Amino acid sequence: MNDSMDAKQVQAFLNHPDFQTLIRQKSRLSWSLAAVQLAIYCGFITFVALFPEVMHQSLFGGVITVGMPLGVAVILSAFILCGIYVWYANRYFDEMTRQVVLKVQP
Amino acid sequence: MNNSMKKLHASLLALLFSLLPTSVWADKIDLGATEQQATNWVAIGMFVVFVGFTLGITKWAASKTRSTADFYTAGGGITGFQNGLAIAGDYMSAASFLGISAMVFATGFDGLLYSIGFLVGWPIILFVIAERLRNLGKFTFADVASFRLARGPVRTMAAVSTLVVVSFYLIAQMVGAGQLIKLLFGLNYNIAVVVVGVLMVAYVMFGGMLATTWVQIIKAVMLLSGATFMAFMVLQAYNFSLEGMFSAAVDVYSDVHNTDGQKIMGPGSLISNPIDAISLGLALMFGTAGLPHILMRFFTVGNAKEARKSVFFATGFIGYFYLLTFIIGFGAILFVAQNPQYLDLTKMAETGKLELLGGGNMAAVHLSHALGGDWFLGFISAVAFATILAVVAGLTLSGASAVSHDLYANVIAHGRSTEKQEMRVSKYAVLALGLLAMMLGIVFEKQNVAFMVGLAFAVAASSNFPVLLLSMFWRGLTTRGAVIGGTMGLVSSVTLIGMTKAVWVDTLHISATAPIPYSNPALFSITIAFVCCWLFSFTDKSSRADAERKAFDAQFVRSMTGIGASGASDH
Repeated sequence: MNDSMDAKQVQAFLNHPDFQTLIRQKSRLSWSLAAVQLAIYCGFITFVALFPEVMHQSLFGGVITVGMPLGVAVILSAFILCGIYVWYANRYFDEMTRQVVLKVQP
Repeated sequence: MNNSMKKLHASLLALLFSLLPTSVWADKIDLGATEQQATNWVAIGMFVVFVGFTLGITKWAASKTRSTADFYTAGGGITGFQNGLAIAGDYMSAASFLGISAMVFATGFDGLLYSIGFLVGWPIILFVIAERLRNLGKFTFADVASFRLARGPVRTMAAVSTLVVVSFYLIAQMVGAGQLIKLLFGLNYNIAVVVVGVLMVAYVMFGGMLATTWVQIIKAVMLLSGATFMAFMVLQAYNFSLEGMFSAAVDVYSDVHNTDGQKIMGPGSLISNPIDAISLGLALMFGTAGLPHILMRFFTVGNAKEARKSVFFATGFIGYFYLLTFIIGFGAILFVAQNPQYLDLTKMAETGKLELLGGGNMAAVHLSHALGGDWFLGFISAVAFATILAVVAGLTLSGASAVSHDLYANVIAHGRSTEKQEMRVSKYAVLALGLLAMMLGIVFEKQNVAFMVGLAFAVAASSNFPVLLLSMFWRGLTTRGAVIGGTMGLVSSVTLIGMTKAVWVDTLHISATAPIPYSNPALFSITIAFVCCWLFSFTDKSSRADAERKAFDAQFVRSMTGIGASGASDH
């Protein structure tokens, strides 16, 4: 395959409906996951700053507080969100990209 | 907070801040405070084994490093999993291991809160920039930033800001290394700095990115194994009951600090102002996504898919590591805080507070001795040394590639130099950076250099990151906007950090009050950079600017499909 693209090929990609679908789906997933991660982090930090006493409440009547599992959950959320993205991209986007490239540059 | 408490905090956080990108508590730092300890032969022996092994790897890597692609990016042959470990290795520094566990030891839950801020940037990097970066870049992030812009000015700007970031980071690392090694190994400060400098030059000059990456991977595995063992031993002592472990720790904490220990199970004084905390979090995020030695790692894998996997694994390892340090900090409360063997009793009699031998950052180190005896203490000390080596090697490589690939090959020689010439320049650059780092490390021995990492992150977030992001996402960015915006970000971040209390009052002693009331002004310099990029691109009516805007489409298609990406093999 040709390594560089001329303006015509670039236009062919931009005009191809499958390419447009790929871009749309990919941006939607990326930006929603980014927004979720930001919301989780900023929400958590704001909550800690505004309601520290809630974080200090005992979870099951012992020394473990409500804050502990929440903090651990924020760490896990980062890993899980990455996992969702990688799973989705590996399963759908790579194949979609391959198909689009084949269609535009046979 | 009374004075002695402040002093305790100072030593607890000292090394932490030699690496952490914030100057929030920089007023409490005293890096020159470590004392030389008795020579630790077990630790030195283990470290010698590590060095011998990594030099063997460097020899092997040298035999495989022929082209510039081998030198800068290990020929793109690193897998996503390996690169994930290496990225995690860049992040799991000696300072975060010793510093965060020390912070948990001192304050409990706040240590966990602090580490979370370092993690959440990674998913964002994955979702937004990782794949595009891989598809557009070759060796340095300037490749991406100058993809459709004028090579000369954009690369010069990127190389200058890379060198600024690398220099400040290197100074902080070298000084931290000297102090830490004096503490752990009982070696003289200058010897420690020279050992670090010579080894890092050897790894990078002969083994390039391949050796640098493997040193980082080996160290990451050693650190993760050591930390896992420590956390396992702590939990095992309480039959794997978290409730049992935490409640025992609360009791011990109450005893030794003469206070209500239950407070360490929730947030303390770390986050009281959410705006400050979020502004710091954003600066960490953008800073991470603008650090040249981190960005360079994305070019060591074969394609966008591997780049994506790298971040996934890196996030997993880093998150796991922070959970371990949390348990280790509590373990130190349980096994170190009450054991007179680890306490500085003379100092305690003076201050009336809990003082650890060798300073507050020694919590994890003492815990390693309490759990595994002299040999495990030696192992953990050797890991800490190895960690510093691996990080400075990565920094040196990214600084050298800014000189040889961006400044020499693309700006001075206008892309007409041969590979051989470029390689030669890069090796001289490594040597020069190594000598400079050693010299500065020795010059700054007694200085408080903690603000320098904050500065490195602020410059990365305010200069590299805005230009990189806009060049990939905004059609309108032109050369004029990128150069002015990047330069303004660089100048304003350095100026604003200079005017914070940590630098203005505590380091430079210019006057008693700082000109600006913020401890972390990166948010302002980031804004200045973005606004300047926008304004000077938007008003750019030159014909070059039109051509650059038109070139966005081709760049966009390549960034999404990987067609034409360097080293791409599966199309």
